Amino acid sequence: MKYVIVGNSTAAVGAVEAIRKNDTAGSIVIISNERYHVYSRPLISYLLMGKTDENRMKYRGDSFYSDNNCELMLNKTAVRIDPDKKLVHLDDGTAVSYDRLLLCTGASPVIPPVPGLDKVRNRFTFTTLDDARALNDALRENSRVLIMGAGLIGLKCAEGISKRNVSISCVDLAPRILSSILDDESAEIVKRHLEEHGIRFYLNRRVTEFEEGTAYLDDNTPVRFDVLVIAVGVRPNISLLKDIGGKTNRGIIIDERCRTSIPDIYAAGDCCESMDISSEEPKVMALLPNAYMQGECAGMNMSGVDFVFDRAIPMNSIGLFGKHIMTAGTYTGDVYCETRHGSCKKLFYSNNRLNGFILVENTEKAGIYTSLIRERTPLDTIDFELICKVPGLMAFSRKTRAEKLGGVRGGATNETIGA
Amino acid sequence: MKRVYVNEQWCLGCHLCEYFCAFASTNEKDMARALKDVRISPRIRIEEKDGISFAVSCRHCNEPLCVKSCITGALTKVNGIIMIDRDRCIGCYTCILSCPYGAVYPSEDGAIQKCELCIKTREGTPRCVTGCPNGAIVFEERGE
Repeated sequence: MKYVIVGNSTAAVGAVEAIRKNDTAGSIVIISNERYHVYSRPLISYLLMGKTDENRMKYRGDSFYSDNNCELMLNKTAVRIDPDKKLVHLDDGTAVSYDRLLLCTGASPVIPPVPGLDKVRNRFTFTTLDDARALNDALRENSRVLIMGAGLIGLKCAEGISKRNVSISCVDLAPRILSSILDDESAEIVKRHLEEHGIRFYLNRRVTEFEEGTAYLDDNTPVRFDVLVIAVGVRPNISLLKDIGGKTNRGIIIDERCRTSIPDIYAAGDCCESMDISSEEPKVMALLPNAYMQGECAGMNMSGVDFVFDRAIPMNSIGLFGKHIMTAGTYTGDVYCETRHGSCKKLFYSNNRLNGFILVENTEKAGIYTSLIRERTPLDTIDFELICKVPGLMAFSRKTRAEKLGGVRGGATNETIGA
Repeated sequence: MKRVYVNEQWCLGCHLCEYFCAFASTNEKDMARALKDVRISPRIRIEEKDGISFAVSCRHCNEPLCVKSCITGALTKVNGIIMIDRDRCIGCYTCILSCPYGAVYPSEDGAIQKCELCIKTREGTPRCVTGCPNGAIVFEERGE
């Protein structure tokens, strides 16, 4: 069996580790358009902060590829799949044959169509190690940095460079920061915290035009900058599959076994769209935990073991200047709310199920809330009033507790089927 | 593999397991001296309410969500034990968001901490088990 994986990040690692549980003989080829050993992408902001380094940010140890008997092809871009001949064509004119193919091509930063943007010289995106290196080299003492986008990537970038004696402004179309994961009230708490750390926000604002060194906002405010970071969002890299008629929407559409619509081609990670069980809607959930688990699921099925991953939900844990924020699921239904100075807890529930939560600080044991969403636990089987106040196993029945604390399985419920 | 299991009906709620856990990660010989005036941050914690109490620590899950969700690769499963490489952990707490038992905790220095069955501190049986006065916490094989 010959496995080919396009992409060399989290989902690829999940797939390799799963394949090697079932098949130690088959060959695995990994094709990467980067030049690095697998590293953790979210750590690039910590790299700029000096909290990690290029060695410690490796997602797996130096011997990962040799231990798992993988052939790693760096600096190669897959440009076309031939599903009939089962070939992946590369940008150097060569082709790699496969029996089972996994696409974990990730997502690419969106560059908004703003007049004059193409003429801005010190312009960066912030999703790869090369991005971080380039930004790092461009920063000078007293650089004025403008970040387009007050989402996870933009704000982690802001934190990453904040100790560098630079001034940071952040502009976003949305009326609040972290608009995809926070509501107005929680966003305001986090925004105040960031402002206390010197970050200036222009919210509900669009950049209408760039001139070298100046961004003009839609209320005509000019914002001067030396360095521009574009972090308005990412777009799944779907073209390899789309070009051969595979089913795509915003992302590559996969089923609960991480199969695409084309035989023997699987997909996992940020390039995919899959079912969010908290909202029961298909979504791109470009999150590292889902990438690993989808990669693992794909790897299991590619190596002949029937395996289902049907527990994906949006979930984020993010620290910003010492304040921890955790969110998961969907914010619909009734709300249990505790708000204190600088912290906030909101639990969203309906139809006897927890749908989602927002925690600013108060993050202890948050995984218990996550598990209620992931497992779709009927809330009338637990002491919901208690668990709202204090997440704990106490809220479960004595029998369930005995299973949880005395049982031997534990963890994810996506089990191997019929193995 | 041997794991820590909890028998709720025998738990006295005395919190000694928490103290033994905190003590196990110090290099002191005397427990009283090691923990005097220290606000302990144990890796096993008692939940209690209305006369019910029980200890919770890492289950070393067969399908460990914390390991699969770890963004750095600092959490790994080695010989059945889920271990944390504190040098690589950057304290994002995705593991805390993922653990269905609430058994992963922040620590003073920013990295997370969790039960590692005392294998980094001493040989043999975890200290919460040997320190439990009522046999409510046991270390045994219960079959896979």
